[in-house]
Amino acid sequence: MVTMTYGEAAKNALREEMHRDPTVWALGEDLRRGGVFGQYKGLPEEFGPERISDAPISEAAIMGVAVGAALGGTRPVVEMRFADFALCAVDELVNQAAKARYMFGGQAKVPLVVREPMGMWRSSAAQHSQSLESWYTHIPGLVVVCPSSPVDNYGLLKSAIRSDDPVVYMEHKNLWALEGEVDNNDPLPLGRRRLLRTGDDLTILSWSATVHEAVAAAATLEKEGASVEVIDLRTLWPWDKERVFDSVKKTGRLIVAHESVQAGGFGAEIAATVSDVLFRDLKAPVKRLGAPRVPIAYAPPLEDTVRVTAAMIAETARVLMKM
Amino acid sequence: MTADPNAPTASGSVAGRNLDLDRLLAHHKLMWRIRAFEEAALRANTEKLVLGAIHPSIGQEGIAVGVCSNLRPDDILASTHRGHGHTLAKGADARAMMRELLGREGGTSHGKGGSMHIADFSVGMLGANGVVAANIHITAGAAQAIKMRGEDRVACSIFGDGAINRGPFLEGLNWAKVFELPALFVCEDNGYASTTRTADMTAGPGPAARAAAIGLPAVEVDGNDVVALDEAVRDAVAAIRAGGGPRFINAKTYRLTGHTAADPDGYRARDDVTAAWTRCPISRLAQTLADAGVRGDRLADHERDAIEEMDAVYDDAKAAPWPPLERAFADVQDVGDPRLDAY
Repeated sequence: MVTMTYGEAAKNALREEMHRDPTVWALGEDLRRGGVFGQYKGLPEEFGPERISDAPISEAAIMGVAVGAALGGTRPVVEMRFADFALCAVDELVNQAAKARYMFGGQAKVPLVVREPMGMWRSSAAQHSQSLESWYTHIPGLVVVCPSSPVDNYGLLKSAIRSDDPVVYMEHKNLWALEGEVDNNDPLPLGRRRLLRTGDDLTILSWSATVHEAVAAAATLEKEGASVEVIDLRTLWPWDKERVFDSVKKTGRLIVAHESVQAGGFGAEIAATVSDVLFRDLKAPVKRLGAPRVPIAYAPPLEDTVRVTAAMIAETARVLMKM
Repeated sequence: MTADPNAPTASGSVAGRNLDLDRLLAHHKLMWRIRAFEEAALRANTEKLVLGAIHPSIGQEGIAVGVCSNLRPDDILASTHRGHGHTLAKGADARAMMRELLGREGGTSHGKGGSMHIADFSVGMLGANGVVAANIHITAGAAQAIKMRGEDRVACSIFGDGAINRGPFLEGLNWAKVFELPALFVCEDNGYASTTRTADMTAGPGPAARAAAIGLPAVEVDGNDVVALDEAVRDAVAAIRAGGGPRFINAKTYRLTGHTAADPDGYRARDDVTAAWTRCPISRLAQTLADAGVRGDRLADHERDAIEEMDAVYDDAKAAPWPPLERAFADVQDVGDPRLDAY
């Protein structure tokens, strides 16, 4: 059992995978100085410039080169710096990486990981704060992962690197310094939720940084006498439908909370599916808590107006518990 | 073309050029195979057996042959939407290709890609691509993988002149030069970006000058002169294989049909197209070979054999079954089940 930060956990995972498999390499802007968040610190010295490769500010090229290098038999780890910048490389990710295996009839796979640091962080404003995970869940061929803790960032990044599928791997910028215990050296399975708390009255489902709001809300509610189950979905595509169903069958109430815009968010997919399949098990409507459909503002008080908080989750839970 | 001292083959000399006649006869034969494949594909289109768009390369066969005949089977090629000729020249099976055009079982992509996603990874052909210029990045990436592994292979992309106005032209060529990758970029410059004259929408002196500005040694060649192109590509590939970094070739040509099989080609003067037929790379090479003393019936045999082959290829594709329906759900991704009832 070792304590490390969310950022260090990812670095350790990448380092170990690069030692395990000589075809694993990373490319992105400013990697030679350790990455813009320090998440590659030490790796350039350890692996040299070919395997921890700098890149011009050419996101489309970074992603497209990774596609070619993956088709060419290597396992690239793409650093996009900010999820927002990956929008400059959407053709390469959506039309190329996600499609190549299918449109070429299975002749090749595209084993690459795209790291897209996401979310609100230190007044980064509209072009450096977005949570766009739901976009990628819409694209056949992509796996979408949003880890919330060091142990998951370690184990899921390992699995993402070992996966033969293109994986959109979204780390939350506000979690880089979060410390936690990492208790094993093994990859964690993609497509499995983590059960953070068991309960009988209500299920709160979340991913990424908002998981911590969900946990805090559950603690508050517990003091008020409610028994709350908290699920960290971790992988959005494929999502762990069966285990989410099991939880909601038991509790009859579900809140899906996420930082991204509520309209068209992945919470909508979960809510629709649960409402459809578990209609008779539900004691209350499935509630979504996401951001209003506005860009992220710069001023902290304005930024906070769109944030999904523990207090909001708890307040919604209290309403549902009365149903 | 300078004589290859290792070539044990017949040679001839025309207008000061020393010619490797066996090699050029093979080029002539392969160009006819591409032409006949495209004619069969157009027939299939007319007969409504090809339902999606096809982009014929009639008139541009010289580039497919001039480039690919200088690539080894383990070299990489990434192509464009107009990729039938490149794919055949790289060594793909015509029968599987035609089945793919008709969306049939036994196609190169099991009927899931069609004309615009023809691929044969077994011969290093990493796919035609429906997005203009997308193959430039893929080629740079494949070249980076080759370099990382210390191999002496080359990655090549062939793209049209329309591609030079997309970002990947700048980003991908810059990348290849910065990392000195073993990559050959060939612009198939037919003067039209889809149905718009490229010159009308392009500032500056054109593809080779842009590539040269990024630092790639760049040459401009008559892409309909397969003898000249063969030589230019041979030199470029040798330099790249020797570790000399990326090279660029702008090969001028002319598309003798519409942009797609459905394009009536109303934007080009008929006289221009008619005149262009006199510069067709196949008849030019045939003339060169005839001038070097090759008998006309040998050349006619190439044409006849190619048409017979591709007629049979088309008949085979017509008789082939549709892919089984479960293929629609195969090869999406390893993780997760794509069927609707699974989520």
